[in-house]
Amino acid sequence: MFESVLITIATAATPLLIAAIGELVVERSGVLNLGVEGMMVMGAVTGFGVAVTTGSPWLGVFAAILVGAAFSLLFGFLTLTLVTNQVATGLALTLLGLGVSGMIGEAFIGMPGQKLGIIAIPFLSDLPYVGRFLFAQDPLFYVSLLLVAGVAYFLFYTRAGLTLRSVGDNHDSAHALGIKVIAVRYAAVAFGGACAGLAGAYLSLVYTPQWIENMTAGRGWIALALVVFASWRPWRVLAGAYLFGAVSIGQLHAQVIGVSIPSQFLSALPYLATIIVLVLISRNRRLTMVNTPACLGRPFVPAR
Amino acid sequence: MRLELVKRPQRSALFSTISPLIALVLTMAAGAIMFSVLGKNPLDALYYYFIDPLRETWSLHELAVKAAPLILIAVGLSVCFLSNNWNIGAEGQFIAGAIAGGILPVVFPDFQNGLVLPLMLLMGFAGGAAYAAVPAFLKARFNTNEILTSLMLVYVAQLFLDWLVRGPWRDPGGMNFPETRDFHAFAILPELMPSAGRAHWGIVFAIVAALVLWFVLRKTLTGFEIRVLGQSPRAGRFAGFSAPRMVMIAFLISGGLAGLAGISEVAGAIGQLQPSISPGYGFTAIIVAFLGRLNPLGIVAAGFVLALSYLGGEAAQISIGLSDKAARAFQGMLLFFVLGCDTLIHYRIRLAGRAPTARGEAAQNV
Repeated sequence: MFESVLITIATAATPLLIAAIGELVVERSGVLNLGVEGMMVMGAVTGFGVAVTTGSPWLGVFAAILVGAAFSLLFGFLTLTLVTNQVATGLALTLLGLGVSGMIGEAFIGMPGQKLGIIAIPFLSDLPYVGRFLFAQDPLFYVSLLLVAGVAYFLFYTRAGLTLRSVGDNHDSAHALGIKVIAVRYAAVAFGGACAGLAGAYLSLVYTPQWIENMTAGRGWIALALVVFASWRPWRVLAGAYLFGAVSIGQLHAQVIGVSIPSQFLSALPYLATIIVLVLISRNRRLTMVNTPACLGRPFVPAR
Repeated sequence: MRLELVKRPQRSALFSTISPLIALVLTMAAGAIMFSVLGKNPLDALYYYFIDPLRETWSLHELAVKAAPLILIAVGLSVCFLSNNWNIGAEGQFIAGAIAGGILPVVFPDFQNGLVLPLMLLMGFAGGAAYAAVPAFLKARFNTNEILTSLMLVYVAQLFLDWLVRGPWRDPGGMNFPETRDFHAFAILPELMPSAGRAHWGIVFAIVAALVLWFVLRKTLTGFEIRVLGQSPRAGRFAGFSAPRMVMIAFLISGGLAGLAGISEVAGAIGQLQPSISPGYGFTAIIVAFLGRLNPLGIVAAGFVLALSYLGGEAAQISIGLSDKAARAFQGMLLFFVLGCDTLIHYRIRLAGRAPTARGEAAQNV
């Protein structure tokens, strides 16, 4: 019982985690991409479509990553090259993604999907209590953990990571030092898009192997909130994602046990939890200011 | 080869006017490509999207029905966006207004007289404003990101409405359908010309709201305050303007107008509450606001353009079997092009060669 609850929490947390860790890198470079929801839903429809037509869920995963990255470059072109407002452009990306995915996905409604299988690591998966939870999961679960570790290492233990953070904290100084600010930001945006695409593929290839219009249901936005919650630190994103996973799974278990609260109220819990958490985190103004990348959302036009 | 932006000494008056039009043309071009990829004749598709709905009186009325909520919400959003407050939860405030206004005809169906409709409209406005006050208060008091909180409240409002119409507010005589009882005659927003089509008073509210806000933004101190705090919060502080107060004002105005749009929609076009009362008006209104360049009068025009895309989507589906989902993709593309073209107002764009060398500069300046 305990372990199966843990496993369902992991399935709810993993897409949030993957999307949030990508957005964390984007925001660390000083760019606020509010299009996570749109890139994620594009990843979901691409992953599903490619998996169904080719019969290979893995091809679906790779296609979703590519489409997520390509889609994010649209945002990159507007905000980085044409210096449009990042908030508005991110919203545009979300609206476009929801519209285009609905159109592409119309052919897939009601079709049975492909599911990524489980990879069980011998011996370790037989451990009591946590064996199946940690060592007999879908492949993207392992990927999500590797991503967190990789991003944490990259940001804080490599020179390239330092460069990326410097671009996010002071793009004028970084530019003066000869760093190609725009190029770094393009790379970060594309990475964030790839992660969002992967997170979308998780939804349509692991979580519920079918296509439902708007199946991301606000998870992209929750991922954005997670980045704030984690105060832009990778390992805290991991903690936050599992916390939110627990909240959204809690409602399912509450329904099974037969708690007599209308299901709509339980479904609203993750959204309300997001608001409460955001309030608790941002209450301390000074703490937020210390952690927020200083150039977050600010446009950069190189002075010549 | 790469694109390079050269800052204009002043914002270009020419491009401020024509950039939305360039965006519309580019969107149609991109749309034509999209339609041919989908295997439809692009000219046919564009005809059904943009011309066919304009040919008959009844469909002009439908256009007004769709434009009313879009304009009402978008003029409110313009106040928010101009003052740098990102309310993207208008869809939720629309629902909150519909619910608050719906209390009278649904819970007190026996209360029937001429007071009902004005009270409903008032309660709709108040409901939307109250719902918008939540993210506004959290931003003003706790510095919470209003983008995320206002958006989260959309999902909460949708779920709450769903619960109401399936639970306590379900029509007792309605065969278990998830909908409230029909609004009685006193609770219906009258049609303007019942013999000609369905257009109701909502469009009048929308145009009046646009005119009033145009006046406020252009001619009053409050309008000046909104602009200053939006463009330079620091300058606003020195001028003695209060940013937290502006957060509340902007959200209350836009939430109230979204709520008014919500109650007008259910009292005018629908006549009851249902699980889903909006085809995404609250989000499409964001596109309307930017296409109208955040100017209330521009927004009136933009509202009709986006309303046309809804109607055109339906027309294209019926006539040439194009998915009605295409309309949403179309609307998304439009916002992209609008934002991209707005760059032309502040910058000249030129193609630069490699790194700008002195000789290259000279050559380009010839």
